[in-house]
Amino acid sequence: MTDTAKPVSISLANCAKTFADGTRALEPLDLAIHAGETVVFLGPSGCGKTTTLRIIAGLEEPDAGGKVLFDGVDVTHLPIEQRNVGMVFQSYALFPNMTVAGNVGYGLRIRKVPEAEIKARVSEMLAMMQITRLADRRIDQLSGGQRQRVALARAIAVRPRALLLDEPLTALDAKLRDTLRLEIDSLLRSLGITAIYVTHDQAEAMALGDRIVVMEHGRVAQIGKPREIYQRPATRFVAEFIGTMNRLTGSVRNGTFTCRAGGVAWAQAPAAATEILFRPEDIRVVESGEATGLSGTVAAAFFLGDRTRLFVDVGEAQPLVIESTARRDFSHGDPVGLAIDPRGLLVL
Amino acid sequence: MRHETRRLILLLLPAGIVFAAFFLLPMARLFFIGGSGKTGWAAYAAILTDSLYLDSLFSTLGVAAATTAATLVISGISGVFLQRHKFPGNALLVSMLTFPLAFPGVVIGFMVIMLAGRQGLIGQVTQALTGEKLVFAYTLSGLFMGYVYFSIPRTILTVMAAAEKLDPKLEEAARSLGASPWRVLLDVIIPGLKPAFISAGAICFATAVGAFGTAFTLAARINVLPMVIYTEFTLSANIAMAAALSFVLGIVTWLVLALARTAAGSSVAAAG
Ligand SMILES: Nc1ncnc2c1ncn2[C@@H]1O[C@H](COP(=O)(O)OP(=O)(O)O)[C@@H](O)[C@H]1O
Ligand SMILES: [Mg+2]
Repeated sequence: MTDTAKPVSISLANCAKTFADGTRALEPLDLAIHAGETVVFLGPSGCGKTTTLRIIAGLEEPDAGGKVLFDGVDVTHLPIEQRNVGMVFQSYALFPNMTVAGNVGYGLRIRKVPEAEIKARVSEMLAMMQITRLADRRIDQLSGGQRQRVALARAIAVRPRALLLDEPLTALDAKLRDTLRLEIDSLLRSLGITAIYVTHDQAEAMALGDRIVVMEHGRVAQIGKPREIYQRPATRFVAEFIGTMNRLTGSVRNGTFTCRAGGVAWAQAPAAATEILFRPEDIRVVESGEATGLSGTVAAAFFLGDRTRLFVDVGEAQPLVIESTARRDFSHGDPVGLAIDPRGLLVL
Repeated sequence: MRHETRRLILLLLPAGIVFAAFFLLPMARLFFIGGSGKTGWAAYAAILTDSLYLDSLFSTLGVAAATTAATLVISGISGVFLQRHKFPGNALLVSMLTFPLAFPGVVIGFMVIMLAGRQGLIGQVTQALTGEKLVFAYTLSGLFMGYVYFSIPRTILTVMAAAEKLDPKLEEAARSLGASPWRVLLDVIIPGLKPAFISAGAICFATAVGAFGTAFTLAARINVLPMVIYTEFTLSANIAMAAALSFVLGIVTWLVLALARTAAGSSVAAAG
């Protein structure tokens, strides 16, 4: 018994979506998802993630001209019940009139799988999700985390060609979210299934995605591996949506970017740059005595144990965010010297 | 603890008083009047032995059951449809469907006669088509039609309210697992609407058992218990028999509803 059908590659060609009320949820979109890969749709609420997922699932049809292909086969007009995709929702969507085992076996009963085989597969699924002892429970007797495990088991039990998850962890509390995220990650890896995971949480996206599709206002802002998205964001929107981004404004003169707080030596600086961006990990507080030509004053300091998160005022609209591992106390008003690693500098 | 109990008793008091005043006492009274006639307690036995009474009991329950079933099917389908598909005129249609709520049974009976009576629309159409005039207003079928017409409004409203609360994600989940629209209906929509069906069905059944005005308008040949009770009471002045019949009618209706409730309840438990 294999655990899933052969993973499918999915592509969207020119898929736009305008709802009946005139809402333009999605601009024409092209996207290729490889077989067996986990792709995360990431973006703020209302940017069209769910709509895209529902078009892939077969719950919505794209506007005329759009196409959805599974392994190169046009499935645009194939309803969801014939696409063999597993779905997991934020609200779990478990059948309240069935037990846990009844829910997990539902898709198999629909497929008229022999009863003994259903039983075996259901216990296999329950064991895999570590919920064997919940088999005979009613749904209203389960916690949120348990419900989502049941929903995952139910979706996987039928060996779908792809697994589609719409904010599956959003309704759970932070701690549970972390545990279940790890479980989902290892589940997706062990199944080798094509998975599309929708979230507005960038940490989740980073952790789970082989690739991330960042969306903004019904458009794709950037597609890439988590590292690429983080280190080489294509637009300001991506840069600011993912992680923390520091910013200095000024101008370039002879290989130095000059701003209110001083100068940043940067040999490859584009001459026209009026703003540079960099991550908190690319800037550090220097020991007193080391001259860098860049300085500021501490606006706030939060001791986090392994490090201190500093907000340093450098005369810009926003203070710089710096993670310092230095073994020293910082307090409001302390003058600090700063050094920026030029490899982390971006101009967008 | 004692405080809690006292509060509970206090809160139950209004319901208790109403229950005693309008249900327990009259029912007890009815029960004893039923046994106070010339034949004494044999009045109750007569209900089972006298075919007039027994038949009327069965046709009353039969017509009520048929009315309930037909009403639930019709209102279930149209209620879900009207809730799901908002089209121009939707609100007008819903308000027109709820129209019969305002009519007394006499008017309903009159409408049945206009439709299926001797000069009725159905009669004219069938005569033109087949040469045979179809008239059923003055029979149990006519009564059934009137009751269904009368029961649909409140049932549709109940179903629509319940359909609005159905979680569309459940249907989507079922479909993603391969369920056809038919299976979605059986496995998700109907179970989801079940509480509404039970409560609306119970009201529908009880109303159909007790409705009198419609039967009275359609008259003579219809042998249902409320008519028989009326006849015993006013024409034969057999108050004891009327009371006995009323008592039995009340008990049997209560029993049927209780059975339906437990059956529905246990099937929920078995499925869940
Ligand atoms: N059925 C619908 N009818 C009209 N507008 C819709 C519908 N579904 C979603 N929208 C709109 O489309 C846009 C994208 O929605 P959605 O894909 O759900 O965003 P996300 O999942 O990224 O939060 C939003 O502006 C939303 O209000
Ligand atoms: Mg969404």
